[in-house]
Amino acid sequence: MASIKEQFEIPGTLKTWSYALIGIGGAALLYGMFTKGFSSDEHEQVHFWGTLMYNTIFWTLVTNAAMFFLCFSTMAMAAWMQSFRRIAEAISTLVPIFGGITLMVLLYVVLSHNHHIYHWLDAEAVAKDPILKGKAGFLNPTFFIIWTTLTIALWSYFGYRMRQISLEADVAPMDAATAHKYNVRSMVRSGFFLVWFGLTVASTVPWLWLMSIDAHWYSTMYSWYTFASSFVAGMALIALWLIYMKNKGYMELSTSEHLHDVGKFMFAFSIFWTYLWFSQYMLIWYANIPEETIYFKNRVQGAYKPIFFLNLFINFLCPLLILMKRSAKRNFTLVAFMAVLILFGHWIDFYQMVMGSLMKEHVSLGWLDFGILTFFVGVMILMVARSLASKPLIAKYHPFLKESILHQV
Amino acid sequence: MAQKKFVVGCFDEEKVLFPAVKQVRAAGYKIKDVYTPFAVHGLDHALGMRETSLHTAGFIYGITGTTTAISAISWIFTKDWPLNIGGKPHFALPAWVPIIFELTVLFAAVGMVMTFCYLCQLAPGVKKHHFHKRATDDLFVMVIECTDKTNTDDLKALLSSNGAIETDVQVAEEGWWFGTYDKEDNLYNEKQLA
Repeated sequence: MASIKEQFEIPGTLKTWSYALIGIGGAALLYGMFTKGFSSDEHEQVHFWGTLMYNTIFWTLVTNAAMFFLCFSTMAMAAWMQSFRRIAEAISTLVPIFGGITLMVLLYVVLSHNHHIYHWLDAEAVAKDPILKGKAGFLNPTFFIIWTTLTIALWSYFGYRMRQISLEADVAPMDAATAHKYNVRSMVRSGFFLVWFGLTVASTVPWLWLMSIDAHWYSTMYSWYTFASSFVAGMALIALWLIYMKNKGYMELSTSEHLHDVGKFMFAFSIFWTYLWFSQYMLIWYANIPEETIYFKNRVQGAYKPIFFLNLFINFLCPLLILMKRSAKRNFTLVAFMAVLILFGHWIDFYQMVMGSLMKEHVSLGWLDFGILTFFVGVMILMVARSLASKPLIAKYHPFLKESILHQV
Repeated sequence: MAQKKFVVGCFDEEKVLFPAVKQVRAAGYKIKDVYTPFAVHGLDHALGMRETSLHTAGFIYGITGTTTAISAISWIFTKDWPLNIGGKPHFALPAWVPIIFELTVLFAAVGMVMTFCYLCQLAPGVKKHHFHKRATDDLFVMVIECTDKTNTDDLKALLSSNGAIETDVQVAEEGWWFGTYDKEDNLYNEKQLA
């Protein structure tokens, strides 16, 4: 244990790169905001706020998935992830930041009554519309604001509590009784997060934030689909950081055995995502009811056709065929490549989920999308590196750490 | 089938077994197998076994299932007996996906089980020689194949010096063997009598 590097020092190149990304992305974001976001043209407004919305929601859910991973592993008393748990913790510190941006964007959209994004904000239209009237108990500005604020606040708070209890494992060795108590307390804290996660990501939040863009349309698969999308991207992000830290000579206790299991999550949840994708698509295709098929019309037959099938290709066929082999999941280069591909694929997925409903006639993918993405990637790199540097990299007295070191697949 | 001579060493602890495996291999003997009561992590690496190709076989069976399903359904529904089902196109891929999936799983699963049985030489009526009854209970049983040049006494001494609690020489059928045992072993009844 003596030779383990416990303190991460942020390399200069990482700082330079992340500042450059934030600079370029921030410039694109601000330029877009003033030329499009605050322009008098409704079309331009929808373009800007929609693009910002899917980016910020995507990154909030992806970083939150890291905390979800920690919590369900704690709940299952999993030991294998202890050697790199600080990476997942560092990623989850972004939830308050990205969540704050999400909250501001959504508040702006709702309070400025931008009914071109959320049709249900238009009180006159709702009054004349029996379907929207029926949904008004759920889809109304007051509930939206309260629930969104509560969601982001509690994700941040429960996540913070989980990170705090992890720090207790740095202090001193634990005897059996203390370790048992520590595990029970960790499980209780992760339980709070998991219950709230189930009530938000796995149900209400995708309905409110994303599905209500198509206010008349609904799908019971939608929340699970969003969850699977963000979770598999979250695992890819953890894998990327693990590989980066290994390359820089840190995380000596995590080996290809640990990478193998992270790779299994990436593989398995790509298949799970496809299962939900298909379940949602096939039922609507089979029933062929116009109210339901409207969602897929412009995606399968219209302008979004290439993106819709590219999405399936990147997120299903590539992980299925490339990550299937055991040796592929233990290969750092290949997993890094697949992690980038999966992150990009699910970003595209979020793109078509939001913009496919907002701008039905043409695909808007361009400088604004990639500019805002650059901004979020830059912030993510900088903040994760900072929070990795602020704590020891190993929870060295964690009761499960030894089991994690011995982990063998 | 051919009868072969084996030297058998029994160990009662994992931490004795691993160095013994190393020593025996270093001395140039060929270990046929180590029979253990449970799966021992890392033993396959210690024995120098190659990775199994069973998963490659599984992939091929799966692909065969996919191909069979796609070609069969598309032929049936577009050429042989086209039906109008709710106005859907004859080539209705989404509706077929569950069946394609099921057939892939069926081919892969059945194929892999049969391949596994073939590789392990298991089939109804096939008898397996038990080198030690306690291999299924609490002993790690190392079986070493003898050649013409093998000095069994030297090998037994080597095993004992590496912590084997019991050693002996056995002549057994190797491979497929559709014979019967001279005497059927039944641990339970023997214990009852004693």
